[in-house]
Amino acid sequence: MLRDLFYYLIYPGFLFVAVVGGLLSFFDRKITAWVQFRKGPPLLQPFYDFFKLLLVKETITPAKGSKMTFLLAPVFSLFGATVSSVLIFLPLLGIKTGFTGDVIVIFYLLTIPSLSYIIGALASGNPLASIGASREMKLVISYELSFLLVLIAIIIKSDMSISLYDIINAQQPANAFIGSVSGVILFIVVIFCLQAKLGLVPFDMAEAETEITHGSFIEYSGSAYALIKLTKYMMLFTLPAFVVALFMKGFNFEGIGILWTVLKVLAIVLILTLIRNTNPRVRISQAMRFFFVWMNLLAIIAIVLIFFGY
Amino acid sequence: MDEPAGYYCYCFDIFWILKFEKLGFKEFCFKKSLFLFHFGGASCNNCDIEILDCLTPRYDVERFGMQLVGSIRHADVLLVNGSINKKDKPRLLEIYRQAPKPIIVIAIGACGCTGGIFAEGNTFAGPVDKIIPVDAYIPGCPPKPEAILAGIVKLLNK
Repeated sequence: MLRDLFYYLIYPGFLFVAVVGGLLSFFDRKITAWVQFRKGPPLLQPFYDFFKLLLVKETITPAKGSKMTFLLAPVFSLFGATVSSVLIFLPLLGIKTGFTGDVIVIFYLLTIPSLSYIIGALASGNPLASIGASREMKLVISYELSFLLVLIAIIIKSDMSISLYDIINAQQPANAFIGSVSGVILFIVVIFCLQAKLGLVPFDMAEAETEITHGSFIEYSGSAYALIKLTKYMMLFTLPAFVVALFMKGFNFEGIGILWTVLKVLAIVLILTLIRNTNPRVRISQAMRFFFVWMNLLAIIAIVLIFFGY
Repeated sequence: MDEPAGYYCYCFDIFWILKFEKLGFKEFCFKKSLFLFHFGGASCNNCDIEILDCLTPRYDVERFGMQLVGSIRHADVLLVNGSINKKDKPRLLEIYRQAPKPIIVIAIGACGCTGGIFAEGNTFAGPVDKIIPVDAYIPGCPPKPEAILAGIVKLLNK
C-alpha cells in the first residue's frame, strides 16, 4: 500500500515526471529561442511559472458557468497524466512488469487530459473557450484513430503482446522497431499524433493564442492554470517516453545506456520542437483531413507491410 | 539605460540566488515569471510596435521570463499605451477588474503617461493613472525598446 503510494506520488509517478517534464519544457523553450536566434529563458523558468501561478496569483471562477466543474477539470487532467505516467514508467524503468493489456489502459488514460480540458472549457461559459473546446473535440476524434492504429501495428509487430513490458522485451534481442520500414512509417505517424496530443503548433488550434486567445484555457487563472501547466509538463515527458518504449527498446540504465536513454527522449522532444517552430497553424478541417486521410493511410500501409514482414 | 549594472544582473542567474534570500520564495517566483498583457488604447501604433520589438531576437524579454499572453486571466503585467478616450475608459476598467490580482500596471508612451498631444482633446478621458493605479511610467514617443526593458527592470529591482 505504502509502496504503491510511493510509486504514484514520488518516483515513477507525479514528482519525478513533473520535475523532468519541467526541465524538458525548458529544453523546448530554449530550442525555440535558438531557432529564432534569441537567448531564451533561464533553466528553472517552467518552475518559476508554475509556482507563481500556484502560490501568488488569484484564482477567478467564472460568474456564469459551473464553478465546481471548472475547478475540478484541471485536477482530473492532472490525475489522468499521473496515472498514465505511472503505468508507462513502471515497465519502462523495470520496476514492475505491469499487467496484460496495460497498453490499452494507457491509451484510454492518455485521453483524459484532453477530455478534462474540453469539460473545463465548456464549464467556463466563455464563447471563445467553447470554440476552443469544440476544436479540441474534433482534434481528439481525428488523432485518436491514428494513434490506435499505431498501437495495433506495434502489437502485431511484437507477436500480439498487449503488455508494455512484453513489447519492450520483444525489441531487446533483435532490432528496435524503428529499424524497419514499417517502423519508420509508424514513427512518422506517432510523432504527428504526439504533436496534436500535446497541442503544439501545427495542431494548436484549440488554444490558438492569436485568434481565440488561449481558447480552452482563456478563463483559467491562478492555481487552476498552474495545474494545467503542470499537466502539460508531465505530458511532455510521458508521451515521448511512451514512444521510446514502443519504438526504441525502452530505457536502459547500465553504463553508457543512461546517455542513450537521455538522448532518445531529448531527440523526440527536439523533433516535436522543430516541427512546431517551422510550421504554421493549420485549420481544424485541414487537421482532420490530415489525420483521417493521410496518417490513417500511412498507418494502414505500415500494418500491411508488417504482414509482409518488412 | 540608466543602470547597466542592474540590467546585467538579470542576465546571469547567479545573482538571482542572492536576491532570492532577500525576497522570499513567492515574490521571487513572481518577479522571475511575468506574463505581459497588452492593452492598446487609442494608440497611433508606434508604442504597440515598440512593445512587440521587445520580443524580437535583438531584445528578447524571454530572458527575464516574460512572455506575451493573449488572455487577461493569465497576465501579471498590464501594459497600457495610447491615449485613453471616453470609449476606451470602461474597457480599460473592465480589463483591470477581470485581471487576477496582484497585477502590475505599466503606462507606456507619452499618451499613456500624461496624455501627450491629446491631453487637451475633446474626447480624452484622462491619463491612465486617473483611471487605474499605475506602478510604472515609461515616457517617450514612442519609448525605445531599451527604455521599456529598463523600466521593467527598474520596477523589478524596486
